[in-house]
Amino acid sequence: MSSRQVTVVDAGVGNLGNVRRALEALGAEVALSRDPEQLRRSRCLVLPGVGAFRPPREALRGAPEQALREALEAGAWLLGICVGYQLLFEAGEEHGTTDGLGWLPGRVTRLASPAQSDLALPLPHIGWNRLEPRADHPLLAGIAPGSFVYFVHSYAPEGVPEDALLASAFYGRPFAAVAARGRVAGTQFHPEKSDRVGLKLLANFLEMAHGSAASA
Amino acid sequence: MISPAATVWSSPAVGGLARRIIPCLDVAGGRVVKGVRFADLEELGDPATEAARYAREGADELVLLDVAASHEGRSARLDWVESTARQVFIPFTVGGGVASVADARALLLAGADKVGVNSAAVARPELLSELAETFGAQCVVLSVDARRRAGGWTLLTHGGRRETGLDALEWMAEGCRRGAGEILLTSIDADGTESGYDLELLRAACGRLPVPVIASGGAGRLEHLAAALEAGAAALLAASIFHRHQFSIAEVKSFLESRGFAMRTETAEPPAGLEARQ
Repeated sequence: MSSRQVTVVDAGVGNLGNVRRALEALGAEVALSRDPEQLRRSRCLVLPGVGAFRPPREALRGAPEQALREALEAGAWLLGICVGYQLLFEAGEEHGTTDGLGWLPGRVTRLASPAQSDLALPLPHIGWNRLEPRADHPLLAGIAPGSFVYFVHSYAPEGVPEDALLASAFYGRPFAAVAARGRVAGTQFHPEKSDRVGLKLLANFLEMAHGSAASA
Repeated sequence: MISPAATVWSSPAVGGLARRIIPCLDVAGGRVVKGVRFADLEELGDPATEAARYAREGADELVLLDVAASHEGRSARLDWVESTARQVFIPFTVGGGVASVADARALLLAGADKVGVNSAAVARPELLSELAETFGAQCVVLSVDARRRAGGWTLLTHGGRRETGLDALEWMAEGCRRGAGEILLTSIDADGTESGYDLELLRAACGRLPVPVIASGGAGRLEHLAAALEAGAAALLAASIFHRHQFSIAEVKSFLESRGFAMRTETAEPPAGLEARQ
């Protein structure tokens, strides 16, 4: 088996260790980097993130964003996780509107209690919730409808068109839990903390990126 | 507005959100131990191995409590936290002796998903806001030991050995205002008795706190677990009920599911090559 190299994009916030450890458990060779040259050369990129939308967005603005764009144009695969996933959309509305990377269609808005409900929905949405696949896609291969995955978030994408929606989940409202367009994909939940289901998704992503690329 | 948790967690608004089963491992000197707090510690094994076993059996999350943290060097435990993180791909909390942002950062970098704080937060409540501002409230689990007294519950610290004179419910509410993302609530009266959780305490806490409450202390029979969820607990912490193999996690979940509580069940095969590593 050829070495499965992955670059985990370091947007300067949050703990990248657990994403790294999960990828390594799947046999990947992992580098953490924000160096534009390293990002540009990589053919398999993972963009994690926790916390708020704006700090990692600002950390990527400029050279790292340009490098990621060039990598994608050259055929790289990119998987966003949690806030890293949210950054892929057109805009985020956490603490004012911030433009996103715009590689997935939709906007990131706050979760809230359903209208006409007198319940106050606890936020963040934290815990194991069900994933409902909406498309047949290699990223979801082997993952049964209704599988539980681990979420920690208060905001989520909305207005994601059907052709980019791979799986939805529900907390206060339905939201896109997994989305993809071309070689850009992402998950609102934490696959590195979602036990076998999450590891299966990461393994699928490695397979997609390395099965199709000539060589990393 | 705060809704009674018992209503929220069983409402359609939370979708398929599952109640969580959380085994707790006491660790001393880098080994899993059992015993009533510090007395008669008996070694059970390596934390990473025990944690991985619980994860395979269906635990939703784990709590690893370093019961001797204040007695030993802080760097010693980072080794077992790191090796646990290499083998366990469900969330886990590490508690015991966390007194500063630096303590918490070291544990999070070693692979813990959340840190548990108890006595140090009582001594210096600002610790909770500092942790929440630095890492986010979702990382901060406030562990609270409560004991019945006339008209309510009093707050204890230092593993339930020290009286504070404070009202436990008031303290939990303040803890949430300061940034605790979850409350791990142990009834010192019920702990170790296996005669059931203190349900009045749970109802009182779940009815007024805006964050998930993890019920701890007193579980001995399956009915006790159902009663705690009925009282509004988002999650159940249990130690002896699992360590003594009275019930498997699968049996617990199957029972609670039959009572109408949403439980996570496993629905994927492990990726090829992973089992060999575990």
